Amino acid sequence: MKDQFRLIEFNLNGKDVAKMVDCRASLTDMLRDDYRMTSVKKGCEVGECGACNVIIDGECYNSCIYLAVWAKGKKIRTLESLLGPNGELSDIQQAFIDETAVQCGFCTPGFIMTAIEILETGKEYSDDELRKQLSGHLCRCTGYENILRAVKKTMYKRLGKPMPTAT
Amino acid sequence: MYDIKELYEAESVRDAIRLRLEHPEAQIIAGGSDVLVQMREGKRAGKELISIYTLDELRGVCLDMEDNLRIGSLTSFSHLTKHPLIRQHINVLGEAVDMVGGPQIRNIGTIGGNTCNGVTSADSASTLHAYEALIELTGAEGVRRVPIKDFYLGAGKVDIRPDEIQTAILIPKASYENTCGYYYKYAMRNAMDIATTGCSVNVRLSPDKQTFERVRVAFGVAGPVPMRAPGAEAAAGGQPVSAETAEAFGLAVVGDINPRDSWRASKAFRQHVAVEMARRCLVESVKRCGGELK
Repeated sequence: MKDQFRLIEFNLNGKDVAKMVDCRASLTDMLRDDYRMTSVKKGCEVGECGACNVIIDGECYNSCIYLAVWAKGKKIRTLESLLGPNGELSDIQQAFIDETAVQCGFCTPGFIMTAIEILETGKEYSDDELRKQLSGHLCRCTGYENILRAVKKTMYKRLGKPMPTAT
Repeated sequence: MYDIKELYEAESVRDAIRLRLEHPEAQIIAGGSDVLVQMREGKRAGKELISIYTLDELRGVCLDMEDNLRIGSLTSFSHLTKHPLIRQHINVLGEAVDMVGGPQIRNIGTIGGNTCNGVTSADSASTLHAYEALIELTGAEGVRRVPIKDFYLGAGKVDIRPDEIQTAILIPKASYENTCGYYYKYAMRNAMDIATTGCSVNVRLSPDKQTFERVRVAFGVAGPVPMRAPGAEAAAGGQPVSAETAEAFGLAVVGDINPRDSWRASKAFRQHVAVEMARRCLVESVKRCGGELK
């Protein structure tokens, strides 16, 4: 193959970066192997499970079915961007812990990045809307209810509203 | 790592056409949610790819000089659903593509890719058929427009010539104006599933909302390619807006469609749900037009 390696400049978690990248690599490959963003998990690798989910220019994508070369000029955010200056967890990460929305943890980074996209719209969503927005992720441990509750709780916290009690 | 033999990145539509001619064996890749998955499965492993994904000129929705809706082929499903022109004129298309896969898939998947795959289960396909969409193809000789029913040649086969790429999908004004539609996807799961059968109906009612001026219906997975149901359309067109018409419309569908047995569902099951889906879609379309079934 000619031009197997191509120069890709992009912004990763707020920092401008550049690298020669194998054009056969998926974005998951590049983020994990070249940048050690190991929150980006390799699950199904066919875009079904959502474990490799990252935010590209404000929207969620399964990085396993996204070519690394397409990252050129994009702003990419992974779970690592949520880390506070002294290693603090973000509100949504803490909510996942508080609500026991984590068991094995493999699906968690993907779920949290989708939660970030949801939370950053600043809107209030119904349970059905949240379920639909979270539907691109598979979790084989918790059964989703705790995950939904963690996202919902954080949503109301950020909106400064009390969380409605279940009826 | 994908088993890609060569990756050619098109920098413009013209460049894509040049690459098509230079590399006749290469597969076009738009969002890649089908091509890359098939590559991973081994079906397309070791192939050359021409990436058109970064051609932003092929994104977006607008009205052309004749007020036809023009949808750039690389417009993602999620952007279609959110677009004000889609919501205003052909909301059912936005709703239909909002049922594809899951949220991340709807961000990468493109309407052009959905049609160029030529698969009968594509969630956009039935609505595009029911609205008599035109497919715009750009090649070395220029641009041609093909009615969507002629674009689908057979299962997985579409009418794209060796020098062409699909650049837009057009919905003629005569087709969308004063219509309301509804899409019903029958699948086993609410997300990340492929339609067992899909049905898209749109209606135009008389000004007093008592008569069906025009009724259109198309199905996905009711045959090897997405298809209209002309018998059912004729059974409802010109008829009074009533529960009887809706009933007759649904039943007429059986004469038009030709589903098959597959691991997803049997032929008999698909025929059974198609009747009810068509009826429900018609009822919902009437409601959306502000009509009432007597």
